[in-house]
Amino acid sequence: MTPAFDVVLVGGGGAGLRAAIAIAETAPRLRVAVVSKVYPMRSHTVSAEGGAAGVIAADDSLDEHCYDTISGGDWLGDQDAIEAFVREAPQELLRLEHWGCPWSREPDGRIAVRPFGGMKKQRTWFAADKTGFHMLHTLFQTSLKHLSVFRYDEWFVTKLLVDDGIVQGVVALELATGRIEAITARAVILCTGGCGKVFPFTTNAAIKTGDGMALAYRAGAPLKDMEFVQYHPTGLPFTGILITEAARAEGGYLINKDGYRYLQDYALGTPQPKPVLRSMELGPRDRLSQAFVKEFEKGRTIPTPYGHVVHLDLRHLGAQVINTKIPFVRELCLKYQNIDPVTDLIPVRPVIHYMMGGVSTDIDGATPLPGLYAAGEVACVSINGANRLGSNSLPELLVFGARAGKAAADYAMRARDPDAAVLTQLKDERRRVEGELLRPHGHERIADLRDAMQSAMEESAGIYRTDASLRRGVATLRELQARAMDVHVEDDSRTFNTERVAVLELQCMLDVAECIVNAALAREESRGAHQRTDFPERDDVRFLAHSLTARQPDGSCGVSYLPVTITRWPPAERVYGEAPAYAGTSELRSHHAAGRAVPSGERV
Amino acid sequence: MVLDGLNYVKDHLDGTLSYRWSCRMGICGSCGMMVNGEPKLTCATFLADYAPGPVRVEPLRNFPVIRDLIVDLGDFMGKLVRVKPWIIRQSEKPLSDGEYLQTPDEMDEYKQFAMCINCMLCYAACPIYGLDPKFIGPAAIALAQRYNLDNRDEGAAERMNILSEHDGIWGCTFVGECTKVCPKHVDPAGAIQRYKLQSALDWVKSFVMPRAAV
Repeated sequence: MTPAFDVVLVGGGGAGLRAAIAIAETAPRLRVAVVSKVYPMRSHTVSAEGGAAGVIAADDSLDEHCYDTISGGDWLGDQDAIEAFVREAPQELLRLEHWGCPWSREPDGRIAVRPFGGMKKQRTWFAADKTGFHMLHTLFQTSLKHLSVFRYDEWFVTKLLVDDGIVQGVVALELATGRIEAITARAVILCTGGCGKVFPFTTNAAIKTGDGMALAYRAGAPLKDMEFVQYHPTGLPFTGILITEAARAEGGYLINKDGYRYLQDYALGTPQPKPVLRSMELGPRDRLSQAFVKEFEKGRTIPTPYGHVVHLDLRHLGAQVINTKIPFVRELCLKYQNIDPVTDLIPVRPVIHYMMGGVSTDIDGATPLPGLYAAGEVACVSINGANRLGSNSLPELLVFGARAGKAAADYAMRARDPDAAVLTQLKDERRRVEGELLRPHGHERIADLRDAMQSAMEESAGIYRTDASLRRGVATLRELQARAMDVHVEDDSRTFNTERVAVLELQCMLDVAECIVNAALAREESRGAHQRTDFPERDDVRFLAHSLTARQPDGSCGVSYLPVTITRWPPAERVYGEAPAYAGTSELRSHHAAGRAVPSGERV
Repeated sequence: MVLDGLNYVKDHLDGTLSYRWSCRMGICGSCGMMVNGEPKLTCATFLADYAPGPVRVEPLRNFPVIRDLIVDLGDFMGKLVRVKPWIIRQSEKPLSDGEYLQTPDEMDEYKQFAMCINCMLCYAACPIYGLDPKFIGPAAIALAQRYNLDNRDEGAAERMNILSEHDGIWGCTFVGECTKVCPKHVDPAGAIQRYKLQSALDWVKSFVMPRAAV
């Protein structure tokens, strides 16, 4: 049977749109569909603020970006992937410039770069502090000129069609009408983003429910490094709205209740009036979030009705810098916290921000399941290792969105047509989604189950974890899975039934949450964002390895391990503060990044 | 926020209530609704401002309603494509030649029009769109202008053909409601006025200097 499309993309955020454009440009004859549960310009890429890293400055080098990323990820990232990522990031950012992205500029009209956490050089491209918004709208608007890209806006994918181990399309629910259809394809790329909503306090939008991770997991594709969940150190209390790292890059201080820049007590350097790269407030996010917990334990945080906070002090920057470099920070503080950062301290606390783990892929976005690809936050290639550096995720979705798009297009051109028998799965899925979910027969409230899951995740798999906390988490989630079978749906309409979507999302989140706690329980060491108080040291002998969580025949979650690829940077200690960060590994080579010659490394 | 109120109703009182929302920080553009008769982003509108209430929340005006507070955006999505909101150039510079230079002043020319989040509040406020749904509307015109004023773009003439049709800029009688309700301080009314002026000049030029007009 001829499939409806050559490639189906699930998700229309940055990664999905970049992949769609890559296919449209390199293989314009292929028919591409973007299936998204929201209109593409509503995707969560829109909320990214600070910037996108890509080597462009004359004093920078590709090797230094590699080293910062590898050490920032506590040596868990695959170095071959990181090298490809760092090499291609400047080209991708430049391509976006050619498509109209309003990158902030130097007075002479060249691209400007700013410092960012964990980065030893200034290499973060930015569009004021609405970088993700501008990138997403540029990608979306650019995608509109490609007629080979067909969109299914507001269609929720409920299942991957898998025949004989080969992925051949999706089943999706049209929200407006409630109809459920198969969308067959030779290849599917998951670009659904992260899963922050499995936790109660997150910067993530309401739509970030781990759908793509759950789809892959249920279809038999393993998830990689799911125990690594990033807390961003500066979220607004109560709302969890992100205050971008750019606020610290521009010179903001983090202070405790005594007005003391407490990061100096946690091996992050000594305070200087101006920002110092890879030091203090520009340390990596995992270390900064962990320092907050230590300050709390010392009684040096500030209690508020919405939990303890520390303060982010931007007052010394002045209105001019704040208005030009980080205007959205001011807008958000005024609107959602009723304070003005020009004159007031900003209360902040760590907040769930990003998923390092995801659907396990190779360097071209391919999963172990033939026909299934993934890119962006939903995927784990892995370049982020145990802790992502700020401003690496936006170039990641471009680089690996493009790579996955091209790889899926290549595959689609030689893959065989799907067997019509695959459509029998549509009937089963219709029965599940219509029959089971439209009957108001259950007793459990969706909101109750969601709240219970989120509390269980925060208590068991927060910034610091233990064997006991994680075992409780595993047990609670098993129980919630059972309770979710008895969920109550009041809404029996087929027209835009958001309650039915909420149940589908809850089911996805529960699967993803189980993977997180099981992977965290199995990793008996502390590395990056995964901190076990019962195993406080990094253990390279046992755990210099990626975890793979895969669904077992009995429905439980099995954990196995995959070696980490080390190319030129053997595991070493992570050093922040004044110590020289990078001593180089290889001879000097020159590269052409974003139209400018930059060295690839420093001579040793 | 008004949105928090809706979420409370959905989670605890009536699970069937249907509306769109996502980022809850005023950037994704999903949650536009009429609040006491005015188009608002509900995630950025304080309930306290309407104390002691009650607050009346309705679907965005001027759009077909799909259900409850959810309106049909299909019309705008079609219009967005029509104004060709992408960089149009005669020739592309290769990536190896680096970036197109653009000074901060050149960026300021178009930047405000690039801040549109497609939230549709301006369409809900626009009395012309309410009467004539063929009117291409404030956000689409502002986005066309966003590219026209970008020094990297050469597509203004192509877009002018679409915008100077009857349903384009000439539909607007400059009421200015669109600019007033924009949560991102975009000035669609200004974009439309600039366009009209440009279009009129082109028209005059076509008589005075036939070869100079584009």
